[in-house]
Amino acid sequence: MRFIEALFDIFTNPQFYKITLTASTPLIFASLGGVFSETTGVVNIALEGIMLMGAFFSVVFTQITGSPWLGVFLAIPIGMGMAWLHAWASIKWCGNQIVSGAALILIAQGVTGFLMEPIFGQPGQTDYVGKIAEIKIPGLYRIPFLGQAIGQINPLVIVAFASVFATWFLLYKTTLGLRMRAVGENPEAADTLGINVYGIRYFGVIMSGVMASLGGSFLSVGEVGNFRELMTGGRGFIALAAMILGNWNPIGAMWASLLFGVSEAMANQLQSSPILHVPATTKPLFNMFPFIVTLVVVAGLIGKTRPPAADGIPYEKSE
Amino acid sequence: MRPDSRIWSFIVPIAAVILALMIASIVILLIGKNPIVAYGALIKGAFGGRQAIADTIIKTTPLILTGLAVGFGFRAGVFNIGAEGQMIMGALIATVVGINLGGVPPVIAIPVTMLIGMLAGAGWAAIAGYLKAKTGAHEVVSTIMLNWIATYLSSYMVTEPLAVGSGTPKSPEIAESAKLPPLLTIGATEMTSGIIIAIVAAIIMYIILEKTTTGYEVKAAGFNPYAAEYGGISISKNITMSMAISGALAGLAGALEVMGVHHRFLGTLSGGKGFDGISVALIGQNHPIGIMFAAFLMASLRTGSNEMQFVGVPKHIIMIVQGIVIFLVAADRIVRTILIRKKKVGS
Amino acid sequence: MDKEYAVVMKGITKRFPGVLANDHVDLFVEKGEIHAIVGENGAGKTTLMNQLYGLLHPDEGEIYIFGKKVHFKGPREAIEHGIGMVHQHFMLVDNLTVAENVVLGSETKRGFLFDLNEARKVVKELSEKYGLFVDVDAKIEDIPVGMQQRVEIIKTLYRGAEILILDEPTAVLTPQETEELFEILRKLKKSGKTIIFISHKLNEVMEISDNVTVMRLGKVTGRLRTSETNPREIARLMVGRDVVLRVEKESKEPGDVVFEVRDLWVKDNRGLDAVKGVSLKVRKGEIVGIAGVAGNGQTELVEAITGLRKVERGKIIFDGVDVTGFSPRELRDMGMAHIPEDRLKHGLIVEYPAYYNLILGKHHRFPFSENNFLNKKFILKNARDLFEEFDIRPRKPEMLGGNFSGGNQQKIVVARELSHEPKFMVVSQPTRGLDVGAIEFIHKTILKMRARNVGILLISMELEEIFSLSDRILVMYEGEIMGETRPEETTFEKVGLMMAGHRLEEVER
Repeated sequence: MRFIEALFDIFTNPQFYKITLTASTPLIFASLGGVFSETTGVVNIALEGIMLMGAFFSVVFTQITGSPWLGVFLAIPIGMGMAWLHAWASIKWCGNQIVSGAALILIAQGVTGFLMEPIFGQPGQTDYVGKIAEIKIPGLYRIPFLGQAIGQINPLVIVAFASVFATWFLLYKTTLGLRMRAVGENPEAADTLGINVYGIRYFGVIMSGVMASLGGSFLSVGEVGNFRELMTGGRGFIALAAMILGNWNPIGAMWASLLFGVSEAMANQLQSSPILHVPATTKPLFNMFPFIVTLVVVAGLIGKTRPPAADGIPYEKSE
Repeated sequence: MRPDSRIWSFIVPIAAVILALMIASIVILLIGKNPIVAYGALIKGAFGGRQAIADTIIKTTPLILTGLAVGFGFRAGVFNIGAEGQMIMGALIATVVGINLGGVPPVIAIPVTMLIGMLAGAGWAAIAGYLKAKTGAHEVVSTIMLNWIATYLSSYMVTEPLAVGSGTPKSPEIAESAKLPPLLTIGATEMTSGIIIAIVAAIIMYIILEKTTTGYEVKAAGFNPYAAEYGGISISKNITMSMAISGALAGLAGALEVMGVHHRFLGTLSGGKGFDGISVALIGQNHPIGIMFAAFLMASLRTGSNEMQFVGVPKHIIMIVQGIVIFLVAADRIVRTILIRKKKVGS
Repeated sequence: MDKEYAVVMKGITKRFPGVLANDHVDLFVEKGEIHAIVGENGAGKTTLMNQLYGLLHPDEGEIYIFGKKVHFKGPREAIEHGIGMVHQHFMLVDNLTVAENVVLGSETKRGFLFDLNEARKVVKELSEKYGLFVDVDAKIEDIPVGMQQRVEIIKTLYRGAEILILDEPTAVLTPQETEELFEILRKLKKSGKTIIFISHKLNEVMEISDNVTVMRLGKVTGRLRTSETNPREIARLMVGRDVVLRVEKESKEPGDVVFEVRDLWVKDNRGLDAVKGVSLKVRKGEIVGIAGVAGNGQTELVEAITGLRKVERGKIIFDGVDVTGFSPRELRDMGMAHIPEDRLKHGLIVEYPAYYNLILGKHHRFPFSENNFLNKKFILKNARDLFEEFDIRPRKPEMLGGNFSGGNQQKIVVARELSHEPKFMVVSQPTRGLDVGAIEFIHKTILKMRARNVGILLISMELEEIFSLSDRILVMYEGEIMGETRPEETTFEKVGLMMAGHRLEEVER
């Protein structure tokens, strides 16, 4: 009974919706990244690592330039570079894409941990360097409940949702998008029509680097204003699950990311619920919640969603 | 000239490690340190003196087992990134059992605890295996989710139900009879007999894979599940069983860590040994003998990296080296091409 | 030499690791003709055409299009010069529509936006102009094979092709669809197009082509005017010796029923009914052939029979026992053998040595396995014996399955399946992609099994094969049996009509 009461309390609290949006945002970015890459046929599990690099280097560049926006912006090339490495190994050298992705995650964890002391002088986590200020949406801000929920938000959240629609438009309304989808489904057919399969795949993977970097930047410079080692905490993988759940479609990925965001917000709110008085030591149990949800979803929906036919298969010309 | 694939599977990983160390030395230079000094410290830390060697061997044990776990999975066609979580579960359950084996003689207590640890790891992995077999869920995503669930679950267990003392969260000690007897005692370090068990496990894995019908079926299912199914081999049974065996090995690694090294479950138990298992399997080319050598190599890098800290090189460099090695093994054509070019230029 | 040549290829040589695919090949194709290139599998026909289309580059030699020397860096340039190619395996993107597939790569645009409506309009116009009926909004995965082929042809016409290359276009068509295709080709020829037609089906070549170039083992062995030659001459140039075009089959009284299927219903991967109430019987010493174009439920039927796919409704009875739902292992242990249609995907494990491949299916039984341990000695002896009996070359059982030639790979699969001493065999597309020598061997082996009173269910898309081997012929269309007949009581034409969906009663009228 008290549980129902607690739930009601949560759903009527505008904070819950705000937290849902902030929890979903990095997932939206990263899962869009996954969509870009896998639509063209390259599996990219390195999203977790690229997010971490994005989180770290946006803090680095914020420290150097004093502007969090510049920090986010300058971290993007780093994300693109990591993604390029994956593309290079997978496309040019036809490497095992999953292993390559795993390698990049390790490299990202190693590099970000390694550079902590040389750059920030201390291991573990950095001091506060600055974060992107929330903005008030005129008009919306004044509306009760809605105003508290989404009237004042981090601009990157808006960027995330805008990216969803931009990605959808690119994939389904432009010739580039048509070719991307063709390359991921049947690269040989695209090749016989003179389409540059390798070039399009590079594009898809590097764009996934851009997206993942933004997702990571949001975690550091968007939410808390500093960097903590391994702060991505598995979100890159949840984003992959969101991509699968969303059937490799940008809008589907958005809804899936929101679902996972809800589970994270739920866990968060239940923990601090004044009604339930949950002891602090059970915090880890609540942290498990999003992962359990992901596991259940991944198990329940495979087979009902359909990846691009050539996903994960390196393309080699018959020459 | 067609290179013999046996020789290549030997040369490629070694070349990958050398290349990775070379690239890492550039990274070291970038932070203003001398790579030669750094690698010197590494070697000293891993092999300089009996204490160091004992430490290295202690670290080798779990790496052999997680390497075998991941390697066996690869042979069967599954990518078990979940060795981390399986190890934690193995350690956790072994601890719970070990604490309660007070009056039982070691002859029974030790094998029982080990077995329970293996079963815990096997069960944890079988969840992912079963999901893959029944629903096609990709084992990479599901095992990673299970890793995180295991991490949080065990973290909870040592802060609430099992907690003891203050400071780092830890469980009570396991009973004397469940502790592994040490092989040698060097200074304050007991080098446990766990290494023997790990080597035995490697030999058993070799025998299973090469000499038994089970190994024939596992490899067939890994190479070509369609043809294997035509040949009457049940794919779903194989996937679940392969994941279970893989998980059992990782669980054993966890159990041995508890029984032989720490004698309790520490909140920071795993420390990435599960992921190291991936490097070990890839460098060792999924072969039990290769895995043993690769495990020793990784353990040396880990022990040595502590020494590197003292000369100002953060030990994260080892993760970078690992990552580069895995990267090069994934795209092994890069290494082959470099080596062939060097050959041509040299001759 | 006052003919105008659309295509001249001179001295074309192309090497791949270990094989000389094209050896100084000369090709002369007149403008406005239908030119056939004939040869066995592996003769080098597709390789030659891939170079004409820019997918491959010749190591030596020159290519002239309408008298102009060209050097294509890729298909784009070939397309610009008016060359279009319809590949043997269609180059279509399954989850895109017909219109999207046609314009892909040369899209109809408005700025940088893709103009789908314009694409649909253009495709409809081409479809009407050349009489190539297609549904512009359908997804490729939903349309039948015949329409897919028409989409491929429209693709080439959209890009202004004057020279069309068709690689084995009739492999997936019924005899009637083949006639329709030939009508289309004649129409295209009338509007001035030049057509190059790759085939190994001699009767079709005789019917449609003006000139024939025959290839064998990478070389041109003959250049003939179709009106001045005959199938026997062409076959001899293809194979290098006189060829028996049909095997000898002795007459035989079949025994009792060894295998039966009753009112079987099976679903395909997408959950749709693929087999709809099929019933059939196979007797000992009898070959029952199922004819039908690919995609009409044969694959699902075979998978259900061999225990790889769930049976929704109906019964399977083997040797008097209801085996519906039995696993592949149980069926094999009872004496059922299966030669799969895709030997590389389902038949062999290419990473295993031949001696391991040869025990697949009974690897768990004595004497190959005892207490879960493999007995290497017996395994090797078994391999040596089978290599001798089936003349598998080279005599190296330790060689990996993937390193044997196609014909020898098929022999390994056949040897393995027959060494189980089966009572009943399911044989799917057994000679696909094999050269004449291997085909002869496989056919002789199948007849030998028939002589030993094994019941055989043969599924094949090659009517020649069905007619020459079967005692009874069944035709499958969209999951149903259209009729049953005997080779001596029917014709290719009648069977063709059944393959296209007409029932036996209609056809006999």
